[in-house]
Amino acid sequence: MSERVATTPGLYPLPDRAKEDLADLKGHQKGDLIDGSEGPAITDVYDRARAEAVADQDDAGLDRVVEGQLRWDDLLAHPLVVSDAVETGGIVRYYDNNNFYRDPQIVADLQPTGDVAAELEAATELTDGPLQAVLPGPYTLADLATDEHYGDEAELLAGVADFLAGEAEQLPPHETLFLLDPSLVTSPPGDDIAERLPAAVDRVAGATDADVVLHSYWGAHDETAYAHLMDADVDAFGVDLIHEREDTLYNITEYGTHDDVALGVVDGQNTRVETPETVRERADWFEERVPSQAFDTVYLTANTELFYLPVAPYREKLSALAAAADEEEVAA
Amino acid sequence: MSRPADNRSQFRPDDHPNDHFLLTTVVGSYPKPKWLDRARDLDESGDLDDAAWAEAQDDAARLITGEHERAGLDTVVDGEMRREEMTEFFAARIGGYEFNGPVKVWGHNYFDKPSVVDEVSYEEPWLVDEFAFTSDVATRPVKVPITGPYTLASWSFDEVYDDEAALARDLADLVNTEVEALVDAGARYVQIDEPALATTPDDHALVGECLDRIVAGVSEDVRVGLHVCYGDYSRIYPEVLEFPVDEVDLELCNDDYEQVDVFESPEFTADLALGVVDAHDAGVESVEQIEQNIRQGLRVVPPERLTVSPDCGLKLLPREAAYQKTANLVTAARNVEADLDAGRIDLDAPVPTP
Ligand SMILES: [Zn+2]
Repeated sequence: MSERVATTPGLYPLPDRAKEDLADLKGHQKGDLIDGSEGPAITDVYDRARAEAVADQDDAGLDRVVEGQLRWDDLLAHPLVVSDAVETGGIVRYYDNNNFYRDPQIVADLQPTGDVAAELEAATELTDGPLQAVLPGPYTLADLATDEHYGDEAELLAGVADFLAGEAEQLPPHETLFLLDPSLVTSPPGDDIAERLPAAVDRVAGATDADVVLHSYWGAHDETAYAHLMDADVDAFGVDLIHEREDTLYNITEYGTHDDVALGVVDGQNTRVETPETVRERADWFEERVPSQAFDTVYLTANTELFYLPVAPYREKLSALAAAADEEEVAA
Repeated sequence: MSRPADNRSQFRPDDHPNDHFLLTTVVGSYPKPKWLDRARDLDESGDLDDAAWAEAQDDAARLITGEHERAGLDTVVDGEMRREEMTEFFAARIGGYEFNGPVKVWGHNYFDKPSVVDEVSYEEPWLVDEFAFTSDVATRPVKVPITGPYTLASWSFDEVYDDEAALARDLADLVNTEVEALVDAGARYVQIDEPALATTPDDHALVGECLDRIVAGVSEDVRVGLHVCYGDYSRIYPEVLEFPVDEVDLELCNDDYEQVDVFESPEFTADLALGVVDAHDAGVESVEQIEQNIRQGLRVVPPERLTVSPDCGLKLLPREAAYQKTANLVTAARNVEADLDAGRIDLDAPVPTP
């Protein structure tokens, strides 16, 4: 029997009070977003919001605790916008959503900043729970960026992977690292880049001793990309069981997967709150259909980041995930 | 199939100065007077009684309708003074919706994205009172902007339908009920706003199907427009020509008419409402500049099918800039009409190629 571990991909909604306070302190324009140089008043609001995000997870009983990524105004592009090698341009659409981030234009060699490490360090003091770090996957971060420096896609991917490895090396101790890589699904790599994916992922995954989950969503991987990704040295793939789950199953049946797996069984973009039973059924559905494989660890997670949700349903979804992973409750 | 667009002459003022007539209008929203925002804060904190809040909204609607008339527009709107956000306003009036709190759009810009928790239903008129008030205080015809069903569906959480198209179709039937109620109340010009189409252009067939439902049983004397903005129009053209609307209103000024050639072929068979001032730049375009912008529209349709409008709602601009842009837009339209009357514009080449 596999061990079910309740977690999330991070990028939480700000508490409503913090939404207002930060709008007042920072403003509404694109020049007002986080660039890594915020002063003490803004830092203070984020510190309190982070404590709430951690408490939300501890209260719900999640098995992994994320920092919440509340400062990530530019969403998964955040690690770039705090870098001196990046200039931010206009507002661009974030995937197929009614959300926007600033176009991160890479103009010089990327050097790690330690920004994400400092956030996780701040969370370390707030919980006894096992920590989970969150970074964008190298393909996604390269996909979100505008390259004005590296010159071609392969160089860009390698540069971004080095950069992310440098960020990962600075992280305080953590149990799990989630690499969020939705672009692998939404804009699959061409053959040339697909071949280079395993090395890029390994570069980042090799920078931590933690278990590494490469998590993609908004559908299933393209078959070629999936076949190449199987060569990457990660502990688990994260897959979206809300969208195109049959296609995901096909990939896994055809090409296999790892001994651990992360299942996106809670919809991060719908306020309808899943019951723990629904969450368990979705995970059972998956495990039953992959009879060739007995999984060691099955992470139960939201498919997407959670900032799309209002605060109340976000909290309820954390509880649903935690309850679903709690075997004792199954027995009761 | 476009509706026969011969319903524009009803908006031509009796004292119109030129033979040619370029219908001038606005997309809808307009900056709110600061005191209205303060009144809203008081209302939300329970420090203003309902009658006083209603009066504040009436005052603002009267003020902005008058401001539109002073700018010289042929058709006016109340500046959507009673609406905070284009999805929220309608969701609050439609049965089956609930609100769970604000969600991020970008940075610290949020909106109360509503959730559909039951089949949607028509409970009470949405805009009939607003229309009755505005047409009462206006001396010009009043246009009514309505958020379209596709956008209402896309910008909601759907907990019930599990099928965006089914939700959009149901909402389209409710919009049809509302349009009929508005027409009964005297409305002759409605505009369906579908900004979400620009973000998911592959859904144009669904938007067309929704529009079919919206106009079902609506007299052809009623002018029906569609507003779309901030997208790659090559992905929805020429499909939009199949929509049952009289007029398609497009943002084109923002990127300096880079996309106007999309509409030159095949022939644009609906009326074109052309965005001629930028809604997200406080710099006020000169009359001369706007005249050049209007001529870009003449590349697409002849003057008798050209409507002149801002790119989008003007609510994010400083109020003075919004007014000056609107007034300049009208002056420029009248100047172009005079030039057309005098034969000073070559319609085969209205814009000199650079
Ligand atoms: Zn618009």
